[in-house]
Amino acid sequence: MTHQEFVTGDTPLPDIVILTHKLAREYIMGTETVRALRGVSVQIRRNEYVAVMGPSGSGKSTFMNLVGCLDTPSSGEYWLNGQKVSDLGDDDLARIRNKEIGFVFQTFNLLPRADALHNVELPLVYAGMRAAERRKRASEALARVGLADRMHHRPNELSGGQRQRVAIARALVNNPSILLADEPTGNLDSATSNEIMGVFKDLHRQGQTVVMVTHEPDIAANAERVVTLRDGLVHTDQKQAA
Amino acid sequence: MPFYEAVRLALQTIRAQKLKSAFSVIGVFIGVTFLIAAVSIVNGMNRYMTDKFAASIVGVNTFQLRHRPNVGFNVPDSVWRSWRRRPRITFADAEAVTRGMSVPGVLTSWFSEDQGTVEYGGKIAKSIDLQGAGADYFTIKNLNIVQGRPFSPQEAKAGIPVAVMGWELADKLFAGNDPIGKTIKIQGLPYTVVGVVEKQGTMLGMSLDKFVVAPATSPIQRDVNPPHVVDALMVKANTIPEMNLAMDQTEGIMRARRHLRPNQDDNFALETSAAVLDWWSGINRLMVAFGPGIVLISLVVGGIVIMNIMLMAVAERTREIGVRKSLGAKRKDILRQFLAEAITLSTVGAAAGIAFGIILTLLIQAFTPLAAQVAPWSVGLGVVLGSVVGVVFGTLPAMRASKLDPIAALRQE
Repeated sequence: MTHQEFVTGDTPLPDIVILTHKLAREYIMGTETVRALRGVSVQIRRNEYVAVMGPSGSGKSTFMNLVGCLDTPSSGEYWLNGQKVSDLGDDDLARIRNKEIGFVFQTFNLLPRADALHNVELPLVYAGMRAAERRKRASEALARVGLADRMHHRPNELSGGQRQRVAIARALVNNPSILLADEPTGNLDSATSNEIMGVFKDLHRQGQTVVMVTHEPDIAANAERVVTLRDGLVHTDQKQAA
Repeated sequence: MPFYEAVRLALQTIRAQKLKSAFSVIGVFIGVTFLIAAVSIVNGMNRYMTDKFAASIVGVNTFQLRHRPNVGFNVPDSVWRSWRRRPRITFADAEAVTRGMSVPGVLTSWFSEDQGTVEYGGKIAKSIDLQGAGADYFTIKNLNIVQGRPFSPQEAKAGIPVAVMGWELADKLFAGNDPIGKTIKIQGLPYTVVGVVEKQGTMLGMSLDKFVVAPATSPIQRDVNPPHVVDALMVKANTIPEMNLAMDQTEGIMRARRHLRPNQDDNFALETSAAVLDWWSGINRLMVAFGPGIVLISLVVGGIVIMNIMLMAVAERTREIGVRKSLGAKRKDILRQFLAEAITLSTVGAAAGIAFGIILTLLIQAFTPLAAQVAPWSVGLGVVLGSVVGVVFGTLPAMRASKLDPIAALRQE
């Protein structure tokens, strides 16, 4: 599946968006050291649609946090879009999250007091964009996920599927390198799940790189490649017919 | 995220939680209200005392020769007793001072006063200020005659029983009828009314128009003071330096008349409007001493309340903070957001306090005898204190929010 062997000191090829090299993360819990990731090396090309699977405790949440730049590894390297981010500080990571990563969460994580438009605007606020431009970009992103007529609804006035669409619009509004989805259908019924998977497929067709963490095989079946983690290591990594 | 975005966000949050926000700013609100109201009273009273009270009690560029000060603040008993043993000012003293002063343009007037009853045609006015004075008294005190005339120097000198009434007294006894030439009874003694003084209004709730002035040597003298004694000699000069010169000369003349040796203190008093102001500043000092303490305590309490509310808000909104961080909010963005919220809260509280303080001041003006006037600097100080409280007490919660780990924050229910 992978490409050429990566050695410390190398720079990834230009079409590699995500490259992890012997990525490890340990937590110290009291006197015990928990090794959540023990050295994961994965390369993901631009415009790939990858599902990350694994049972609980396999390290997929830790992997997703690291890939999402919410956490820093104990050892190993992580390159995102040609930039080594594994040794960046808090504020630089915040900037990377803002520019390169679009998150979609299981619980949507929309701000309850803000309307859809304002929720989608948020990443642009932190990017320092001016209000008029922000509004324009946010409404375009909402239109892209089919919610042009719901811009001024608050999350509690929207259905679960619509909420997840708002979250997707928010994830895409900054044109990120990767769309990083964590159990995106975990809180949705199967019809709505299929609808959201349709949105993902469309985005992928339009050239978006998608990384999706899930434990449901039928959701993972939507992806063109499945990486399975077990005990903090890559267990399988195979392409499949999407 | 620019600061104005943070403030806009804070206003949204405050609007969404009106009741909670109202309770959280109550301390700052009370502190600033008190600040504005107290400063308004002190300020208004100060102005009142300097502009009106001192001038109307003593007069502009005027001093009074008395056997003891007329107004005193916190005078010990022993001093008071020694004042009472002093010899009074006699007609002869007043004459000697008037003749002895060489300051050009000075006006002098004898002055004695007491409370008494004035009657006309069966109507009785009680607690009237009975004043015995010289002809220049009206000029010295700047009293305009609206009806009739003041009494003349000749009438004053001869002690003719003529009287000039204050506006309220005239209104009470004559109820709009012409009083000029009518005979009123002052303490039972018949006097002919020659004039009425323009309405003076009130001072600290007391009417300034319930008085009658008659020549100091007229029959009423017997009722007001012992024979040949006056309460005071009023001296008015044209300027302050001339007044000071007149005071020096008066002191010299009186010391000579009383045969005081150089090591002996004056056994008489020369009182200017400054003395009245001294008395006022004594009261003023009390307010200035306690006022800031009360303001400070309420602001600190208000700040602590805001800090607790903000700490609660950080705990409640941990997930929101996590979401914001995942979308690219830096530490300083979160810090700024929560700091702006605290500052906005306390500034809104301060603004409400300023508004209510001004309303309170207007109410005090309208419904109490106190003179209150809003001091612009106190409004500015209110705004500044409001935001300072926000900064001081918002920093800890904002720091706590900004340091949250995004993963843990996102995981929170």
